Amino acid sequence: LLMFSWCPGAGQDVGRSCILVSIAGKNVMLDCGMHMGYNDDRRFPDFSYITQNGRLTDFLDCVIISHFHLDHCGALPYFSEMVGYDGPIYMTHPTKAICPILLEDYRKITVDKKGETNFFTSQMIKDCMKKVVAVHLHQTVQVDEELEIKAYYAGHVLGAAMFQIKVGCESVVYTGDYNMTPDRHLGAAWLDKCRPDLLITESTYATTIRDSKRCRERDFLKKVHETVERGGKVLIPVFALGRAQELCILLETFWERMNLKAPIYFSTGLTEKANHYYKLFITWTNQKIRKTFVQRNMFEFKHIKAFDRAFADNPGPMVVFATPGMLHAGQSLQIFRKWAGNEKNMVIMPGYCVQGTVGHKILSGQRKLEMEGRQILEVKMQVEYMSFSAHADAKGIMQLIRQAEPRNVLLVHGEAKKMEFLKQKIEQEFHVSCFMPANGETTTILTNPCIPVDISLGLLKRETAIGAAPDAKRPRLMHGTLLMKDNSFRLVSPEQALKELGLAEHQLRFTCRVHIQDPRKEHETVLRVYNHLKGVLKDYSVQHLPDGSITVESILIQATAHSEDQGTKVLLVSWTYQDEELGSYLTSLLKKGLPQSTP
Amino acid sequence: QTELLDLSTVDVILISNYHCMMALPYITEYTGFTGTVYATEPTVQIGRLLMEELVNSIERVPKAQSASMWKNKEVQRLLPAPLKDAVEVSMWRKCYTMPEVNAALSKIQLVGYSQKIELFGAVQVTPLSSGYALGSSNWIIQSHYEKVSYVSGSSLLTTHPQPMDQASLKNSDVLILTGLTQIPTANPDGMVGEFCSNLAMTVRNGGNVLVPCYPSGVIYDLLECLYQYIDSAGLSNVPFYFISPVANSSLEFSQIFAEWLCHNKQTKVYLPEPPFPHAELIQTNKLKHYPSIHGDFSNDFKQPCVVFTGHPSLRFGDVVHFMELWGKSSLNTVIFTEPDFSYLDALAPYQPLAMKCVYCPIDTRLNFIQVSKLLKEVQPLHVVCPEQYTQPPPTQSHRTDLMIDCQPPAMSYRRAEVLTLPYKRRYEKIEIMPDLADSLVPLEIKPGISLATVSAVLHTKDNKHVLQLPPKPPQPPASKKRKRVSDDVPECKSLKPLLSGSIPMDQFVQTLEKHGFSDVKVEDTAKGHIVLLQEAETLIQLEEDSTHIICDNDEPLRVKLRDLVLKFLQKF
Repeated sequence: LLMFSWCPGAGQDVGRSCILVSIAGKNVMLDCGMHMGYNDDRRFPDFSYITQNGRLTDFLDCVIISHFHLDHCGALPYFSEMVGYDGPIYMTHPTKAICPILLEDYRKITVDKKGETNFFTSQMIKDCMKKVVAVHLHQTVQVDEELEIKAYYAGHVLGAAMFQIKVGCESVVYTGDYNMTPDRHLGAAWLDKCRPDLLITESTYATTIRDSKRCRERDFLKKVHETVERGGKVLIPVFALGRAQELCILLETFWERMNLKAPIYFSTGLTEKANHYYKLFITWTNQKIRKTFVQRNMFEFKHIKAFDRAFADNPGPMVVFATPGMLHAGQSLQIFRKWAGNEKNMVIMPGYCVQGTVGHKILSGQRKLEMEGRQILEVKMQVEYMSFSAHADAKGIMQLIRQAEPRNVLLVHGEAKKMEFLKQKIEQEFHVSCFMPANGETTTILTNPCIPVDISLGLLKRETAIGAAPDAKRPRLMHGTLLMKDNSFRLVSPEQALKELGLAEHQLRFTCRVHIQDPRKEHETVLRVYNHLKGVLKDYSVQHLPDGSITVESILIQATAHSEDQGTKVLLVSWTYQDEELGSYLTSLLKKGLPQSTP
Repeated sequence: QTELLDLSTVDVILISNYHCMMALPYITEYTGFTGTVYATEPTVQIGRLLMEELVNSIERVPKAQSASMWKNKEVQRLLPAPLKDAVEVSMWRKCYTMPEVNAALSKIQLVGYSQKIELFGAVQVTPLSSGYALGSSNWIIQSHYEKVSYVSGSSLLTTHPQPMDQASLKNSDVLILTGLTQIPTANPDGMVGEFCSNLAMTVRNGGNVLVPCYPSGVIYDLLECLYQYIDSAGLSNVPFYFISPVANSSLEFSQIFAEWLCHNKQTKVYLPEPPFPHAELIQTNKLKHYPSIHGDFSNDFKQPCVVFTGHPSLRFGDVVHFMELWGKSSLNTVIFTEPDFSYLDALAPYQPLAMKCVYCPIDTRLNFIQVSKLLKEVQPLHVVCPEQYTQPPPTQSHRTDLMIDCQPPAMSYRRAEVLTLPYKRRYEKIEIMPDLADSLVPLEIKPGISLATVSAVLHTKDNKHVLQLPPKPPQPPASKKRKRVSDDVPECKSLKPLLSGSIPMDQFVQTLEKHGFSDVKVEDTAKGHIVLLQEAETLIQLEEDSTHIICDNDEPLRVKLRDLVLKFLQKF
């Protein structure tokens, strides 16, 4: 049986997560993301590969969305409403709650502000969300009779999940984005030892081993504090949900402790709403927040206030969280343009930026940016990058592989060079094959599944009873008959197989004549034979019966006098085919004659 | 009562809902129990609140000394009822403490609905929504071939929890049914209506309303009804007090279990709005909650008012104060909604009472009509239930509709009875390794039925069975040392397949001749034939279902004949 995965969007690139997995005849699409670095057709995955064979709904058994980030779900309404898919879409409850809000946000920026046409509408987002089935953590969802999926906690953002996809005894685990170290508001990702045939893991931080979280936090606070002290403004481009909440908690407690007065703002009306989601889905946050939420709700901030566009021109220091996180559009970009010219100000990029975005350009050192209308923007403000993205680092990825014990690993969502390094490391340490397909490339993985059959309890008990004292050196053979009818496979005892098929057993019996030179009376000969066998065959049941015959297990030995020669006795040794070995052994043993008995 | 069972031998405890776990600390802390307890997250959180309230209420009124002499059988016999009729008084225990509750709860493994949990590789257990309370579960216990459903405390009514999952109960071999409604004659919807109208009437007349209740469960539904009712009934200025050490936690917790709620409430969370309207009642100051009657409450307390507080048995908790405070006035009303206690027994020590008493038991669990509907839908092979469900209630022996009616009749059990379930296990799953499967040679015996004989090594680990290709026979030792006779004794019986089929006479003789037996002679007998090989002094009896080869001790000859015979037979 084959399993293959194809990445229309993910592969060696951070941006458009979209992976197609075929496993034992079932087709599952993992994530449906868009690329934020592009403004044209390239921003959505190319679904024509699938649609050339007919409708998406006919081809795909289900779609799974790992979390609400747009690079994982941004193309979903395009996919389901514009290309056309009516099958089930699975995501967790928080993802289902938050995803449509971010999609609408994204739509507004693209259509209303940039004036683009040929884009999905608000109604399409709603129609798309109607196709979504929400799943619980660890719930086994039966997509159809053979295909089942199960969500695990991923800790990347609120509601982020990893998914196990299982058909029979073949399985794939897709991690989405995940985080192996608990942070200020989320817990750590966790998988059980599910031994999938394939683990598809993100590898955003394939080579990074991040220094301790505490150091990074101190660094962040120090930079913000210094800038504010010298009267500068700090811009922190974030996505409305996720990292933003963690940084807010961080700044809130720092402001409280240091008794700082500079205002902190959070852009767009989404903040309050976002915090509300965190409160209602508090069971998805980390242990500490869950435990204390009754006494103190961590998501009600005292120092952080809503931002108004006019505030950007206010004099004096301030800290502003603004969306979106990669400075590619919207409010964060507007504020950036206003503040970029002043060297007292600072922009802190707390997450990864895809190629093509302003965020990526300034992080790679560009200080002169060409904006819309050929305007050149000179960047004098300080640019800082702080990796707060909740992705697993190399250590975390290795740890997850250790937890799950996959037979194959496939790396996606990363950069080729870094992935190559990680691939070697994985192959070295775990001795499993590791793949890193490029966009649009197909990887085929051969699985070797066991074949489950039904064994009759009678046969199994018989075997386990005999095998009570197993000899490690000589494993015992068990013998049974496999009956195959339609699609059912049953292993039964040979007797039962015969009975079920209405067949009679055919007895094959052998009787061999063994001549022995012994002048004594018959019964004395028999007694000598008996004593001899008893002496040799210590582990067998040897019996001397009243009618003068001897049995060794089920083998019968009788003695008669030779019709012509009184000094020769004839032993008739009789056994069935099933006792072949012992019967054959006995005749050859008896043929050697009897030992000389002491008179 | 635990002497029947050694609890240290119990591997797993499955918890149905938060009302069914109140004795957990006694088991996990005192019996040597080392197994695993499984429950859903709301069950554990709210169960903790119920226990916390219980412990708090008991510890608030410490007893200087506790009497135990009365437990002596001779003394107890002389006591008035109900004390003299109490059974097993020597087994009565003191209430546990919070550290014990915490220790007990820390032993619980959290599970989600439809999560498949493997137990020892032998069975799988799965909790399903039972529709009765937040996180309440029915359990499926199944192996590959057998399925037992444990249905306890289920509801088909639409209240706040996720609806009952009935579909997953289908194809059960055995369905154990318990936790039906305590009040089969009362309709919960009607009771809620009566509750509201009684409450409104009392308050309008200037009286106070006391609702003895648990801090979680039906109270959420009552508050929701009142939320819709108070404005139309002109009660907007009447304060509602909810007094319990866990009142705040209970109200807060109810809002965070979106995933365990009914569809309507889930949709609210997506907006995002709190799923229960009591958030708004609190915000608008219509509902106030206090940990106890001391402190803030005594300052805020205004009459007439409505008080929700515990314990519904009226034996402890703040409800006792209100009974004493309001009992003497006929303006006031106590409304019983919890079905667990007889309201007459509860009121007995407070008599004579001037206060009005209204009995509106709200029990949303299955009634007998719903049970028969459920059983028709789910169609289990056998139903097992407590004995009292198989006959009408003792006080209403004519009501034959108040019992379980199903075909085949339900098997009933009594306290401390061991029941053998009527099914026989026949099969188990085993896995055949791919290389072994490749080596099998299937043979079509009848159209559509093929068979293959399997000789393989059986490995059993963690109750999982795997068949592997037998290892290659070891090479005979190179040294040709002479062995003693006994060295050659076959060590153990190796199984040979069974044979089936019959041997066609003519073809057999032809085959013999082809293999160099030139002097074949055939004689007919009553049941078949005898084939004689004269020179070899060998005789072969052929019958329909047997073959007997009688020869001299000539092993090569015997083996040759054997193999010729086997050619005509099928191996099993």
